[in-house]
Amino acid sequence: MTNQTNDSLIAIKGLRKAFGKQKVLDGINLQVAKGETVAVLGRSGGGKSVLLKLLIRLQTPDSGSIRIAGEEITRLEEKQLNDVRKKIGFLFQQAALYDSLTVEENVAFPLRRHTNQSAAEQKDRVHELLADVEMDQDLEKLPSQISGGMQKRVGLARALALDPEILLFDEPTAGLDPITATEIGNLILELKKKRHLSAIVVTHDVQGAKAYSDRMVLLHNGTIQAEGSLAELQRSEDGFVAQFVGYGSK
Amino acid sequence: MIYPAIFVLAAAISGSLAASRARMRLNFPKNLFTLVFEWFGELGFFCARLFRAALVPPYEFGELLRQCDEIGSKSLPLVALAGAATGVVLSLQTRDSLIRFGAKSFLPSVIVFSIIKESGPIITGLIVSGRVGAGIGAQLGSMKVTEQIDAMEASAVDPYKFLVATRVLACILMLPLLTLASDFCGIFMGWIANMLAEPISLRLFLESGFKNALFSDFIPPTLKTMVFGFIIGLVSCFQGMRTLRGTEGVGRSATSSVVLSSLFVVVADVLLVRLILTIWG
Repeated sequence: MTNQTNDSLIAIKGLRKAFGKQKVLDGINLQVAKGETVAVLGRSGGGKSVLLKLLIRLQTPDSGSIRIAGEEITRLEEKQLNDVRKKIGFLFQQAALYDSLTVEENVAFPLRRHTNQSAAEQKDRVHELLADVEMDQDLEKLPSQISGGMQKRVGLARALALDPEILLFDEPTAGLDPITATEIGNLILELKKKRHLSAIVVTHDVQGAKAYSDRMVLLHNGTIQAEGSLAELQRSEDGFVAQFVGYGSK
Repeated sequence: MIYPAIFVLAAAISGSLAASRARMRLNFPKNLFTLVFEWFGELGFFCARLFRAALVPPYEFGELLRQCDEIGSKSLPLVALAGAATGVVLSLQTRDSLIRFGAKSFLPSVIVFSIIKESGPIITGLIVSGRVGAGIGAQLGSMKVTEQIDAMEASAVDPYKFLVATRVLACILMLPLLTLASDFCGIFMGWIANMLAEPISLRLFLESGFKNALFSDFIPPTLKTMVFGFIIGLVSCFQGMRTLRGTEGVGRSATSSVVLSSLFVVVADVLLVRLILTIWG
C-alpha cells in the first residue's frame, strides 16, 4: 500500500497511539520522499493532527518507529531531538502565533534562538520571509490585529524561518473563506516548486489537496484506508473511501 | 492567620473538586486522595524539569529581565499601597491599645517590628500571588490551549527554559525587593498616621522604632519572601502548563494558581517563622 523508497525523508512504521481505550492510530506505515507532498485526509477526530504531532514528538507514540532524515526520533534525547526539530517547519491549525509578540518578532523568534545572525541580518531575513507570504506590510501588528488568513501566512513564514527540509501543515485552509483558502493552497504549491521541500498536509479539503499534493492518504479507524492520487481514490471500491472522496470532490 | 488559611484551603479543595468532577464519580475519599497524590507527583516532575531548564545553558537573560519588569515593577504600586494601608491601620489600631496599657512610647517599635517581621513579607506574598499568580496561570494556560507552547517546542525552544524558569526566577528575585518597598511604605505611612494624632519627627520615630532592631529581625523575614516567590512562580506556572479544555480551563488555571499559591505561601510562612525563630531566636 505504501511507496517504499530508500530516499524517504520521513519513514513511519507500525505507529500506534491510543488515548485511554481509544485507539487513534493503529499501525500506520507511511513514507514521504524528498520533495514529495503528501495530503493526509480523514474524518474529524480521526488522528490526523495526532500523526503530525507524533512526527515532531509533541506527543509520544505508544509503539512504532518514526525516522526523520534517517534519525529514529522516538528514542532521541532532547538536544538531538531539537536538532531534528530545526529541520521541520510546522504550521498549526490556528497558526499558534505568540500573541504578545508582533508579526515581525514572531518570525524572528526561531532566528534569534538558533542562528548567529546579526540583528540587521535577522531583520532582512524576516522581511524576506514575510514578503514571500505577502505579509511585509504589517510588521508591527499583533496577531490579534490581523485576520485568520493573515495569521496563517505569518505562521508559514515562521515555519520557514530556519530553512527546514520538511513542512508539516495542520489544516492550513480550515476556517478560511474559499479565496483565502485557495491563496494558501497556492502558497503551498509555490513553496513546493521553489524550495523542493517534503511536506505532509493534514486537510479535509480534497480539491485543494489535489492541487498541491503528489499523493493522498486516507486515514480511517486508525489505519491508512487508501493511498494514491485523487483519481485512484475515486476508483476505490471501499465504501468509506468512495463516500469520503465523493463528498469531498463535490 | 488561621482564618485566611482555612478559607484558602476550602477554596483550593473546592477548586480541585470542580476541576476533576468527571473523575471523582463514586468513590469520593479515595479519588480525592489519589488526586492529591497525582498533583504532588506531577509537581515533582515539573520541578525536576524546571531545575534542569534553569541550570543548563543557554540562559534566557532577555526574557528574565522582561519578567522582572512584569512581575516587579508592575506589582510595585499595588504592593506599596497595601504596605501603606497596613502601616496606617497598624498605627491606628495599636495606638489605642498601647495608650490603655500606658506603653504609648513603644508605638514606633511595635509598628516597625510588626511590619518588618511579618506584615510586610506576608502582605507582599499574598498580593503578588494574587496579581502575578493569576497573570501567569492565565497567560500560560491561554498559550497552552492555543498551541503556542507546542509551537515553541516545535521551534526547538524549550518552553520550560523560556517561559517557566524565567518566571519562577523573576518571582524569586523580585519578592524581597517588593517586600522592602512594602516595608518602607508601611513604616512611612505608620509615621504619618501617628503624626496626625501626635506630632513626632520622622527621625525620632525611626530612631525609637529601630532602637532595638537587629539584622536578624530584618534579613531573615525579608529573605524568606524568596521562598514565597518560588512557590508563587512554581505553582502558577505548573497550573498554567497543565491547562486543558479551552477558555474554561484557562479561567480555572488562573483561579487555582491564586488559590493554591496563596495557600502554600501561608503554610510556608508558618514553617519559615518557626525555622527563623529556631535559628535566630
